[in-house]
Amino acid sequence: MTIQTSLGRRGFLASTTAAGAFSLGFSFPWASAQAAEVQELNAWVVIHPDDKVVIRIARSEMGQGTLTGLAQLVAEELECDWSKVTTEYPTPSENVRRNRVWKNYSTGGSRGIRESNQYVREGGAIAREMLIAAAAAEWKVPAAECKAADSKVTHSSGKSATYGQLAAAAAKLELPKEVKLKDPKDWKVAGKPLKRLDTLPKLTGQMTYGIDIKMPGMLTASVRACPVHGGKLKSFDAAKVEKMPGVKQVLSIDNNAVVVVADTYWNAKQALDKLPVEWDVGKLGEVQQDQITAMLKEGLGASEAFVGNKAGDARAAIDGAAKKVEAVYSFPWQHHVNMEPMNATARFTREKCEVWCGTQNGEAALAAAAEAAELPVAKCDVYKTILGTGFGRRGRADYVRQAVLVAKQMPGTPVKLIWSREEDMTHGTYHPTTMCKLTGGLDKDGNLVGLHVRISGQSILAALLPQNLQNGMDPAVFQGFANGGPEAAYGYTVPNLLVDHAMRNPHLTPGFWRGVNTNQNAVYMECFMDELAEAAGQDPLAFRMKMLKPKYAAVLKAATDKAGYGKPLPAGHFHGIAQIMGYGSYVAGVAEVSVSADGVLKVHKITAATDPGHVVNPAQIERQVAGSFVYGLSAALYGEITLKDGAVEQTNFDSYNVMRIDEMPKVETVLAPSGGFWGGVGEPTIAVAAPAVLNGIYKATGKRVRELPLMHQELKKGA
Amino acid sequence: MAVLNVNGKSVQASADPRTPLLWVLRDTLGMTGTKYGCGIAQCGACTVHIDGVATRSCQVPLSATNGKKITTIEGLAQDGKLNKIQAAWLANDVPQCGYCQSGMIMAATALLAAKPNPTDADIDAAMTNVCRCGTYQQVREAIHAAAKA
Repeated sequence: MTIQTSLGRRGFLASTTAAGAFSLGFSFPWASAQAAEVQELNAWVVIHPDDKVVIRIARSEMGQGTLTGLAQLVAEELECDWSKVTTEYPTPSENVRRNRVWKNYSTGGSRGIRESNQYVREGGAIAREMLIAAAAAEWKVPAAECKAADSKVTHSSGKSATYGQLAAAAAKLELPKEVKLKDPKDWKVAGKPLKRLDTLPKLTGQMTYGIDIKMPGMLTASVRACPVHGGKLKSFDAAKVEKMPGVKQVLSIDNNAVVVVADTYWNAKQALDKLPVEWDVGKLGEVQQDQITAMLKEGLGASEAFVGNKAGDARAAIDGAAKKVEAVYSFPWQHHVNMEPMNATARFTREKCEVWCGTQNGEAALAAAAEAAELPVAKCDVYKTILGTGFGRRGRADYVRQAVLVAKQMPGTPVKLIWSREEDMTHGTYHPTTMCKLTGGLDKDGNLVGLHVRISGQSILAALLPQNLQNGMDPAVFQGFANGGPEAAYGYTVPNLLVDHAMRNPHLTPGFWRGVNTNQNAVYMECFMDELAEAAGQDPLAFRMKMLKPKYAAVLKAATDKAGYGKPLPAGHFHGIAQIMGYGSYVAGVAEVSVSADGVLKVHKITAATDPGHVVNPAQIERQVAGSFVYGLSAALYGEITLKDGAVEQTNFDSYNVMRIDEMPKVETVLAPSGGFWGGVGEPTIAVAAPAVLNGIYKATGKRVRELPLMHQELKKGA
Repeated sequence: MAVLNVNGKSVQASADPRTPLLWVLRDTLGMTGTKYGCGIAQCGACTVHIDGVATRSCQVPLSATNGKKITTIEGLAQDGKLNKIQAAWLANDVPQCGYCQSGMIMAATALLAAKPNPTDADIDAAMTNVCRCGTYQQVREAIHAAAKA
């Protein structure tokens, strides 16, 4: 597993990635070759003698395009020829060894670009300045007389040298302490609709996902954890399946799961399905879905709640209002349904633990591997692959822990652990379930004078990151309702406002799910805003515009203008609108829907506007917006996880449906960047899909849908 | 020992005859371009061609492949040249994570072979593969582009 490299004095040790790749018979498309001649200029930029540029990407690629976007930002400052750019992932352990030179690996919250843009651009700019300095020294001219462009440094006299020619000398120089970044208006590579860098191997079957890892002597494991979250393993009868074809070992891990290790996945799964297992689920095994509903309902009227946003005296203003409007909404548990089921491959010896997997958080995966292996982090390594989607689920490293615990019982043997779809569906970290009671007071002129938003339900932080609670309060519950701040601030000015949360935590593990709490909060607020507008006798757009702060109003105007809101639509078509701020971006959507006489909903089109501050790749933003609506509408139409006897009832796509191409609306994206800040892209728009559609459904049918998923709702006229 | 015809080559596979073709391809033959998504023929990630017909390989036992011509994602490009669908996918920058795209491309290739100029309704009927990233809009555009190419 070692490769001899000489990479200059800041020698790049993460080439173990490449070494591992080659010795294990698979190859990342971007794995660096001929390492001996490669020059690392700084942590972000490696230049080959043939001018090939390797840009290091710390964040994970899972389809959101961050790999390409980050490379664009580095390349922009580096002034390199984009056609010569490739990328590679430095390993998380290399980050630890190098004092976290690549900073945060965590890839969630649409943070990939917005939180690392500054330091990756500086990485590109520093490398450029070093190349210029090397050329100036070689030519004995002032650096100020040299310019970098298209992977060349040119002197005003006409002399020029390529980056490949200059890299060795540049790598010996000190890193400049300060660099000036370009004004985005001067961008040539960033800001452009460039194609993704990693497409070709996805078209030919050559891309290696975690589930595709192959190694000599590797075995495959199939796992079944206790169907009730929090339950324990009582007993299992290994003898019943040990003699089945291909079976190598039958074992348990963490006292809550059984595992069959076999020569192939199919043989492992066949034996696991026949393995007799008894579980100890205790009282949790008696929990039914209607108890969860009752638990949440109780919270709607509870006297104690965490206050997330407050202005004036909402209760008094509502009591004194000319008109009072009240509604209760609810939002179910939803599953991520990643295309690639959870998996990880681990090899353990007493000297070393290695893991190959797709993960949204390489450093968390490394920590989980070290903990499970009971080895110091320095003796562990995680090699990241591309993810067959993540959506928040792969930020959790439970599957990494399982793979290591299995490998630990078979030292020296690489073991690939794969969750069946059924295991994946029943052991998710689910979009949290909540209910919401909204009460609004209107004055005689139809102005909203008081609003109380009571959220009741589950907290993700309480379950996964309790250290991040603030005196018991989960601030993330208030995404989209926050009192200011750059992340997810409430967009309406309401003189008397109270947004509070009665935390109610059922035992089913919640988790971060694309868009997280903006999803239900946008449904609650934006659907209720339509209810208030109707009570005030006003158009939903005009009613909102009176209260919206400028950036919110601008993006809603951009969406409604583009969609032709208020203008005639085809017969039977109706527009519904919604807006929110999430992940630092302002977004709005207009859904064009129809409902047939027999109650069949069709979403014809969604026009979405987004203001992410700066646009790094407009083509990829369009894809993220359209993709977010597939994810959001899938959930709105079909997404529902329910409990029976404490366990998840849904097991696969036949009991948890998702949207196919025939239900895909046309999506038109309006980019409305206002500059001056960096917002996220992967998640923000998802939240407006469901409320815009629900508001459209009301116009089409007169029915207020306050519970999801839509598949349970009768939309037929008169029904 | 079963003998299969995969991508024009005769290959031997030692596996229980009840083993689904998906897992024979992936684990026995080491051809991992064909993906596992659900195991119950719902998602389409495992789509291959059997005698030219788009088929979900998770539901085809090894024993049923005797004498059949199997084409997988690895076999679409000829002499390093992408087929029409793959080329349109590249030109339209279709994949996001890419995991479902092997199956998506196999389904689209079969569609275009059967209907060289598919309508949107044809696409809706034939393309029942799940994509969780939500590339459907680009998939539709790329199929139309391939039909015109």
